[in-house]
Amino acid sequence: MPRRIVISIRGVGHRVIDSVWRLGYAARFFSLILLKSGTSIRRFGLIIRELYFTGVLTMIIILVSGLFVGMVLGLQGYETLQKYGAETAVGTLVALSLVRELGPVVAALLFASRAGSAITAEIGLMKATEQLEAMGMMAVDPIARVVAPRFWAGVISMPLLAAMFSAMGIFGGYLVAVVLIGVDEGSFWSQMQSAVDFRFDIVNGIIKTCVFGVAITAIAVFEGYDAQPTAEGVSGATTRTVVTSALVILGLDFVLTSFMFRGVG
Amino acid sequence: MTTRALVEIKDLNFSYDERPILKGINMTMPRGKVIAIMGGSGCGKTTLLRLIGGTVTPSSGYVKVDNQIVHELGRNKLFSLRRKMSMLFQFGALFTDLSVFDNIAFQMREHTDLPESVIRDLVFMKLHAVGLRGAHNLMPAELSGGMARRVALARSIALDPMLVMYDEPFAGLDPISLSVIGNLIRRLTEALGMTSILVTHDVHESLKIVDYVYFISEGVIAAEGTPSEVRESVSPFVHQFIHSEVDGPVPFHYPAEKYATDLNLENRFA
Repeated sequence: MPRRIVISIRGVGHRVIDSVWRLGYAARFFSLILLKSGTSIRRFGLIIRELYFTGVLTMIIILVSGLFVGMVLGLQGYETLQKYGAETAVGTLVALSLVRELGPVVAALLFASRAGSAITAEIGLMKATEQLEAMGMMAVDPIARVVAPRFWAGVISMPLLAAMFSAMGIFGGYLVAVVLIGVDEGSFWSQMQSAVDFRFDIVNGIIKTCVFGVAITAIAVFEGYDAQPTAEGVSGATTRTVVTSALVILGLDFVLTSFMFRGVG
Repeated sequence: MTTRALVEIKDLNFSYDERPILKGINMTMPRGKVIAIMGGSGCGKTTLLRLIGGTVTPSSGYVKVDNQIVHELGRNKLFSLRRKMSMLFQFGALFTDLSVFDNIAFQMREHTDLPESVIRDLVFMKLHAVGLRGAHNLMPAELSGGMARRVALARSIALDPMLVMYDEPFAGLDPISLSVIGNLIRRLTEALGMTSILVTHDVHESLKIVDYVYFISEGVIAAEGTPSEVRESVSPFVHQFIHSEVDGPVPFHYPAEKYATDLNLENRFA
């Protein structure tokens, strides 16, 4: 019996040490990306190429989802607000929900699923097929040439995609509330304009998306680079990217919201 | 083997964790020659190439390339040494997001300031040397195994290196592609005055083109010599390897319990 206890305590110890070691390795990897970003900045074409893959190709899912989320918000918002005779405030509800919360969070979740997983799979497969090692043997640093451009492309794409998500969502809300249900168009826009504060709502939303962008792409490139060079290893790394990113986004969202909106109410 | 050595390996030991892979290896590889390193799967051949390329560090001993001890070099010096050497990976390791042309131009664009028109001419010359000038627009996914290996070969000579290492260059090729690659390795080594190190299982193809052979077994050099010396070798290991015999010093069976014990026969008839 005591032997079993020792083994289980040792098992817990190993897991803790492994986790701490991996966290340290990830932090070191993240600082290496920052240190080796010079090439990407000097040769901006490398980032632009990745912007197409991470940003432009993710636009379709972001725009369509944004439209539907906005339409649902319009419907639900109208349904509740009309009970209190405040249906003209539906524009405010849609805009604030999107700009403060749903825009950054849902866009980030979609970005992690579409672009984050693609980045991990691509880097993981490059590792499995010895492309990264071949690059190293050619005296080209894979972190500077492969990882850093993808990281910066993700960081730049995320806020832009979230802005598109919110804009599309507001348009969706407009379609349902004004065009379909017939809420007064003037009230819809003017109430939204007076209720949404640039500094408090929009800038805070942008800060959130920037933080999510850094977190998602850092996780995605790290998981890809650290993947076991096998089919199973790459698939496991891709899954970890999506799951870890989702949890980190939701956790960070709570922390950021509690800092940003602590004075509300 | 006492001409000017490009690669010198002295008392080299290497272990993964506690498991020794290479034990006291000594080798001298002269300039301008084709040298083969042979041995069974997992005997440490590819690790040896990695040690020469400086991607792993020896436990003790050293690898000297062009009179520089590889594992003692700082990052910048190691990278400048690597610009003078290249490696052809087992399955080519072509960059799948770049076309054949861009794969070969990759190092030229990364390491030189050559104008695009000069790069274009150089790439076509390299592709012509491997007979694939007409394939410059294709993507790696559109190439057959043999073609991919030839493109990788063209890429490995892109900057006219002094040393090219080939990791299993013949693996998985049909007989025609196999002798095309073999001939190219020999021809390019002579034409460019470089040194080639081949890690391979393919005895027959490689003995046709190499100048010297090292056999590695269980982490040590089991035999060495010129192709004719090796063919006449009386060493049981070399004999088994060259004549593809199923059993010999390299046993057919992985170490296991007695067969009868595993089949539970001993208890049944006791």
